[in-house]
Amino acid sequence: MTQRNVLEAINSALDEEMSADPRVMVLGLDVGKLGGVFRATSGLLEKHGANRVVDTPLAEASIIGASLGLAISGMVPVAEIQFLGFTAQAFHQIGPQLGRYRARSRGRFHCQVTVRAPFGGGISSPEFHSDAVEAQFVQSPGIKVVMPSNAYDAKGLLIEAIRDPDPVLYCEPDRLYRLGRMEVPDGAYTVPFGKAAVVRDGDDITLVAWSAAVETCLIAAERLADEGISAAVVDLRTLVPLDVETLVGAVAKTGRCVVVHEAPLSAGFGAEVVATLASEAFYDLDAPIARVTSYDVPYPAAPLERWYLPTVERVVAAARRTARQ
Amino acid sequence: MTARLSILAPDGKLANGAKPSLSDEALVEALRWMLMSRIYDERATALQRQGLYGVYSPALGQEASVVGSSMALDPARDWIVPQYRELIALVRHGYPLERLAAIGMGRVTETARIPDGVNVLPNQVALATQLPHAAGLAWGLKLQKKDSVVMTYVGDGGSSEGDFHEGLNLAGVQKAPVVFFLSNNQWAISTPRRVQSATPSFALRAAGYGFPGVEVDGNDVLAVYAAASEAVERARAGGGPTLIESITYRMSFHNTTDNPSLYEDPKDRAEASRRDPIDRVVKHLKQRGLWDDELDKGMRASVRAEVDAALDKAATFPTVTPSQLFDNVYSELPKRLLRQREELLGETRET
Repeated sequence: MTQRNVLEAINSALDEEMSADPRVMVLGLDVGKLGGVFRATSGLLEKHGANRVVDTPLAEASIIGASLGLAISGMVPVAEIQFLGFTAQAFHQIGPQLGRYRARSRGRFHCQVTVRAPFGGGISSPEFHSDAVEAQFVQSPGIKVVMPSNAYDAKGLLIEAIRDPDPVLYCEPDRLYRLGRMEVPDGAYTVPFGKAAVVRDGDDITLVAWSAAVETCLIAAERLADEGISAAVVDLRTLVPLDVETLVGAVAKTGRCVVVHEAPLSAGFGAEVVATLASEAFYDLDAPIARVTSYDVPYPAAPLERWYLPTVERVVAAARRTARQ
Repeated sequence: MTARLSILAPDGKLANGAKPSLSDEALVEALRWMLMSRIYDERATALQRQGLYGVYSPALGQEASVVGSSMALDPARDWIVPQYRELIALVRHGYPLERLAAIGMGRVTETARIPDGVNVLPNQVALATQLPHAAGLAWGLKLQKKDSVVMTYVGDGGSSEGDFHEGLNLAGVQKAPVVFFLSNNQWAISTPRRVQSATPSFALRAAGYGFPGVEVDGNDVLAVYAAASEAVERARAGGGPTLIESITYRMSFHNTTDNPSLYEDPKDRAEASRRDPIDRVVKHLKQRGLWDDELDKGMRASVRAEVDAALDKAATFPTVTPSQLFDNVYSELPKRLLRQREELLGETRET
């Protein structure tokens, strides 16, 4: 077995899928010689050649739009948008184009396209680099939204995404890229979409999160254990498709829930989680559901991030309040 | 300024020293496609007024652009990435007219979709978004060493979109085998051409992307065909993209919801009718003794019969069903959507 961090797991998934399937190609800004601004595509150009690892013009709409055309031609593009916040300049090519092409063509065409995009705060990068806009794409039918939180899932979910006949937005937790290694096997394996993971068992309260916020919740759960509060942590892994059964089961078991995400509060995906629990788990709830999120303000400058993001302290405080209600 | 390519003048005569780009036989075929476009426009518009057809955008006045460009393509290997005013180009490329008619008549089921093996993408309403698609499709075909060319359509209005720039720029960098066919019909609904851009010529923009741009009289089917053929051949030979600005005039409304009398000077329309793309082909063929009123009447009658047969057939296509909402959203429906579909079907059974 091999130890890999999130970045190495992503690189390994790309390399292995490109080796296994000559249709798979990588395109985006600086993905070639540089290997991407985070080095996720490091070494791929040397191994797979300039036809399949392509530095594109600095233009997000055409990176996604061309990927749609490449897919129809028979290629399997994996597009990198340098930061998820930059999808604002390709937004119309993601939901309305990639997401709807199967429906618009009444099944004649589909878009086997993966869009990779790092995102999230805590690395002191400016404004758009950190935006957590994943919920915008949940409102784009036809797109699957995938949010890995650890290296093992990162590789398995990415291989699943590349092989999926439908377009997938794969959001990478940049704060976790190099934050420790875990066992990530060599060779292909997949983690299925629509299967949430109970990453920690607990009896008193259930913390629900995805992507880097899962790590925040796991640390919070440790602290809560010191106070005698037993917290379960659910990692949704994919927002579309959503695993309602695992979510409802895990919350029904403890009767209490805190939802944690990096996106602003209002109409964040947490709102969908809470609404789902309100209709599916209402009679199992012993306390109002709490949300710990960023605020409904623009992404702040780096020195302000620690007050903006859902920190371990805020999660612990919210869980404590909820557990005692 | 680039010189505007012109072969067939409005009076039916060949321009000084110009040679026809199509054989006599092919020119008669072009005439037939142009008549089919115009007759279909009349029929679809009439049906829309009776409530039997959806919102419709005629190609009236632009037939030479649509037909001349598509005749430069080989349907067996080339692709069309349309905007939405190129219906007859799609038919020539193999998308059966009755299927297109069925979609217009609201019978929007899989039965009416683009048939397998027909190299046409769906119409695009979000203007210019199709240009990056076309660039990517052409690039992918080139990567797979196919000798295919992609023809994609946009208008003077669509050329103002950011995707116009991004699509042409990427195609230039990749030397993708794609032809960008810009139908400058002088109008984007009510917005005139001069409001779209201060450029004296849309074709000039190609210089900024590193490939040739040409201006052509878009009401001259011989000139359009010549320009399109040259661009297609260059693309097929590895010479990369071309931007063709086809200068024409929208001799009708933008679509059936529009009212040009609120913004169009009738003199402009009258001037455009003197440059009618169909009339000049008829005049030319007559001048050369290849055409007469009887042949003309016969062709119009046979085209009308073909259009009516397609419309009749379209009226027998399956109608829509509620569960179809959930078809072709994903390769497999996620559980949440299965549940939503069950809810919808339960409700529709109750009503």
